[in-house]
Amino acid sequence: MSAQPHIEVRNLSMGYGTTVVQRDLNFTINRGDIFVIMGGSGCGKSTLLKQMIGLNRPLAGSILFNGVDYWAASDEAKANLRRGFGVLFQAGALWSSLTLAENVALPLREFTRLPKKVVAEIVALKLALVGLAGFENYYPSEISGGMKKRAGLARAMALDPEILFFDEPSAGLDPLSSQRLDELILELRNGLGATVVLVTHELPSIFAIANNSVFLDAETRTMIAAGDPKLLLKEGPDQVRHFLQRGQP
Amino acid sequence: MTPAQLSIEGDPREPRVILRGDWSLRAEVPFFNDIAPQLAQAERVTLVGNELGVWDSSVATFLAALLRHCGGREIEVDQRDLPDGLRRLLALAFAVPARADARGEPAPKGYLEGVGEASLRLWHDLPAMVEFVGEIVLSCQRLLRGKARYRRQDLWYLIEDAGVRALPVVSLISFLVGTILAYMGAVQLALFGAEIYIADLVGLGMVREVGALMTGIILAGRTGAAYAAQLGTMQVNEEIDAFRTLGVSPIDYLVLPRMLALVSMVPLLTLYSGVVGCFAGMLVATGVFHIGMYEYFNETVNALSITHVLVGVMKGTVYGALVAFAGCLRGMQCGRSAQAVGEATTSAVVLGIVLITVAASLLTILFQKIGI
Repeated sequence: MSAQPHIEVRNLSMGYGTTVVQRDLNFTINRGDIFVIMGGSGCGKSTLLKQMIGLNRPLAGSILFNGVDYWAASDEAKANLRRGFGVLFQAGALWSSLTLAENVALPLREFTRLPKKVVAEIVALKLALVGLAGFENYYPSEISGGMKKRAGLARAMALDPEILFFDEPSAGLDPLSSQRLDELILELRNGLGATVVLVTHELPSIFAIANNSVFLDAETRTMIAAGDPKLLLKEGPDQVRHFLQRGQP
Repeated sequence: MTPAQLSIEGDPREPRVILRGDWSLRAEVPFFNDIAPQLAQAERVTLVGNELGVWDSSVATFLAALLRHCGGREIEVDQRDLPDGLRRLLALAFAVPARADARGEPAPKGYLEGVGEASLRLWHDLPAMVEFVGEIVLSCQRLLRGKARYRRQDLWYLIEDAGVRALPVVSLISFLVGTILAYMGAVQLALFGAEIYIADLVGLGMVREVGALMTGIILAGRTGAAYAAQLGTMQVNEEIDAFRTLGVSPIDYLVLPRMLALVSMVPLLTLYSGVVGCFAGMLVATGVFHIGMYEYFNETVNALSITHVLVGVMKGTVYGALVAFAGCLRGMQCGRSAQAVGEATTSAVVLGIVLITVAASLLTILFQKIGI
């Protein structure tokens, strides 16, 4: 494993039109990290995630994956980088006209030349990994919200991504399901060796799985802390400690 | 990268399955079913992964199939020599048992089954339509008693959208249809030297029948489809449920303004369509068949009685109501997926046009019988 950080964000500014949401963001994520983007509502967490997965272009600054600047790269290089991403959207974003098996199989069919029977086996494995074995021929509208999230996770993992991005994975899940999802993320990270980047404000999740983080502030419109959340709880800036202690002194 | 390799060594009853090289989804990897026969006599399988290079879920897929195979035949599997991460991944894959009533691939439907299902759908569709009509009638009653809740702005916006914004396309279609009528008629009438009757033909045709029909069909494609898509998307986002839980009737709030907007605008659009059609006829008659403009105008006015105009407007209004009905019905019945919205929209247009055509025939026969 190289000493080079897996993902590096340099002097990033982002916003819409003329409004700047966040500026001067600088942080690094190492290979195998579970990295949390924290901050109050409306501070630009999801926007940051969208820039990192290449959906929105930043106003200034750069995002490097393995030392390659995503926004400066050619279209082909961009596509290659993106193939190493797996993204789980907030509500799963499963394609509603496809069954769960077809949802997971689509990336495999598009980007590999595996024969059909092998794809079917891989799909079965991925669904089993998220605890949905036997749900291959169900449609997204027939399963619960938590199951949709897990199915979305199975789809995000279809191509064995190097980096998994999660947008509020536990939003809308009960505490037990949310805990199980955290354990699943941890297990999958350990099994597949992926780097995980997630947006969340679930404190239990943050402390349970994250080993690195960045804290965005809506007032000053920049980051005010970065590092292991457990350390930030002890010796971070007041505002971050306040957040991590749920406002209790 | 070294290619993925697999070898089965040792006693056939206690084979050692040895995995070597780099296993990747993007390269060729062994498929378990191909080697399954070699484990036919096995009682105990030892998995060896010490020489495994880079691996991803292709190897996990292979091993999961092997474990399932062995599990079903009570063959013992020793996983101790597999990499740590891989063992954990396999444990995770078997942590939750497969759903007992797992659904198999749906069998392709036979022709008869398809016909049967379609008939049943039609059979269930009819009561739903009648019920929807009933709800609209009740809603109208609430409206008349001033108890229906909806937003005035919405109504004005819908009126603008269904009326003013439909003018360009109604103009274009009516103009072209008027031209076609005039040409077709003139060629035949010229045989008798009766070109002047183009005015009667175009005037009566456009004002009484075709203007209303064209307006209805345009609105089915334009406004009816939009209603179905809007209400369908609201259904997907549970916005309609939100109205229900508030105690606001979605029929009052969403369907009624749409019905009112279309029903109030269609008569005007029908009249407008007739006028544009007659104007197109006049251009053809004066420009191509050398009939005087004043003559043509006079002939048109003589041919058209107020009854004809009213019949046309009435037909248009009926068509408009049917289009709004089809659009709102299909929108409210929409399922909860992107595909369902598409189906609702398609179905709204098809149903709208079918209803218009049926109504057109019935009304024409009816007016003939009572002699209007």
